[in-house]
Amino acid sequence: MLQHYNSNSMKQHTIGYRFIVLGFICLLLSISFGLIASLQYIFPNLLADRLSFQQTRPLHVFLAVNWIFACVTGIMYQYMPEVAGKQLYSPLFAKVHFGLMSLTILIATVGFSMGSFSGREYLEFPPWVTIIIIAYWVLFCINFLRTVNPKLKGAPVYIWSWSVGLIFFLITIVEAHLWLLPFFNDNIIRDVTVQWKANGSMVGAWNMLIYGTAMFAMERITGKKEIGHQKTSFAFFFLGLTNLMFNWGHHTYIVPASPVVKEVSYIISMTELILFVNIIMKWKKGLLRDANDTNPLAKRFFMSADRWILLNLALAIAISVPYINQYTHGTQITVAHAMGATIGINTTLLLASVTFIFENKLKDIGKKIIIAGLRTMNVSLLLFWASLIAAGIIRSIATQQNEYFSVMTPKLLPYLRSFSVFGVFLVIGIMAMSFTYLRVIIGADRHSVKDEIGQSVPVTSQ
Amino acid sequence: MGKVLTIIVLFSIYVIYSGWVFSPGTSSGVRMTQKAINGKNLWHSNNCQNCHQVFGLGGYMGPDLTTVTTDKSRGKLYAKAMLMNGGTRMPNFHFTENQADELVAYLDYVNNASTLQQQ
Repeated sequence: MLQHYNSNSMKQHTIGYRFIVLGFICLLLSISFGLIASLQYIFPNLLADRLSFQQTRPLHVFLAVNWIFACVTGIMYQYMPEVAGKQLYSPLFAKVHFGLMSLTILIATVGFSMGSFSGREYLEFPPWVTIIIIAYWVLFCINFLRTVNPKLKGAPVYIWSWSVGLIFFLITIVEAHLWLLPFFNDNIIRDVTVQWKANGSMVGAWNMLIYGTAMFAMERITGKKEIGHQKTSFAFFFLGLTNLMFNWGHHTYIVPASPVVKEVSYIISMTELILFVNIIMKWKKGLLRDANDTNPLAKRFFMSADRWILLNLALAIAISVPYINQYTHGTQITVAHAMGATIGINTTLLLASVTFIFENKLKDIGKKIIIAGLRTMNVSLLLFWASLIAAGIIRSIATQQNEYFSVMTPKLLPYLRSFSVFGVFLVIGIMAMSFTYLRVIIGADRHSVKDEIGQSVPVTSQ
Repeated sequence: MGKVLTIIVLFSIYVIYSGWVFSPGTSSGVRMTQKAINGKNLWHSNNCQNCHQVFGLGGYMGPDLTTVTTDKSRGKLYAKAMLMNGGTRMPNFHFTENQADELVAYLDYVNNASTLQQQ
């Protein structure tokens, strides 16, 4: 049965809206700090005394990660009552979750701005902040379990995807802090390997959450409920889960750990070829393109994400081959892969879900701005991505020739300049979309009235 | 039932594999001295990995430092001089001589760990 997501026809959790707004605030700050950081590659002394690269990079990364988590959390809070067919188990837990998450973002942002770091890649905030993160995540898990009450038998694939993502985030955030034990910290081989393991699988965990929300929306857009129950959907879910658990090892090819880690990773990485072929086959069949036109704008985002999945998967498979990896790892090619995945796939899929929720509230001018923003983002991201790959190739060649860093850097500068220029356009595209969505979401939140249990019902449905 | 069984099998393999990675899979014959431990603490508190990589982990503003202490073109004295004075792209962190020595001891430990197991 075809269903248009009509937020006027159902009870809304304004808490979901607030998480999405928090996500957009993180996104806007993240891209602003990212832009400054990219300019600092070219002008190392830019804002050196006030906001140096030492601060802008961790701010950019931390806020980008929180954009993903806040937005996917908001979307899940929005979908959970609809999936379960009942109200959220505890709006209070959700509010505490929101408060604690906002608090950790504030603590880390102020801390980084003041130059306070734990010094761990991607998780530079003080370790005690993790206790707050675990606390709010447990509340989220309880709310999910008690609301959706997932019975594994007969559950659609997105319920499995969300369940796995929620559990693995907890596992990986704990694993990422094993360095606090001397057994891990006093052995650099173990320390670096476990960092890659935890960080790599954490990305897999948030992918599970995002893919779950994307699958839910696609099921509704295509009107084919069987998609979430098909054997092939589950086959790809298990393939994704296997990659989440074991694929991280391709980051450690240059770490002198046991060769088995690399062999396992290489074999698992190559299973991504199956995903690669599937996307091409899906395009051939034109599943999404031929779906009913209930959400044309959301469909546009999904089709855009598909293209980026294809490009990034091709790059990921290539850099997972040990012979290629030894030349590319530690160069800007790894950054291209990370940013292509974070912006091209994760951000586009999140925006697809946000569009799916709010598409019927967008006015024509808003839709036009979003289409223009998406086009600007895609074109500039492609050129931004290509600039990074070019810089990575130059750095790789220079490294093989044992060139001094000071000699290779000027050779990289033309590509880093184009990376910054296209970064400006990327920021413009994302900002245009973000402000349009923020206007709609905040407007939708204001037009809601709260009922007695803390949920809100849009005025229009009264 | 098949799906639940698949999850249980996959998760069991994951737990066993993780246990193996945490211990024999990442054993190293090189031990850290107290000086190197102090250096690692300085590495963290000054967020050095923001610009530099060790075993490919870290930022790209500066060079990879995995083998800096034995590189023909760099070496311990070069590393210490950079730490004490900074460079065109590297800020001067105003490390004391003792702190610079501790950081070099840490980087030397990293270098030894990288070369010992590769042999």
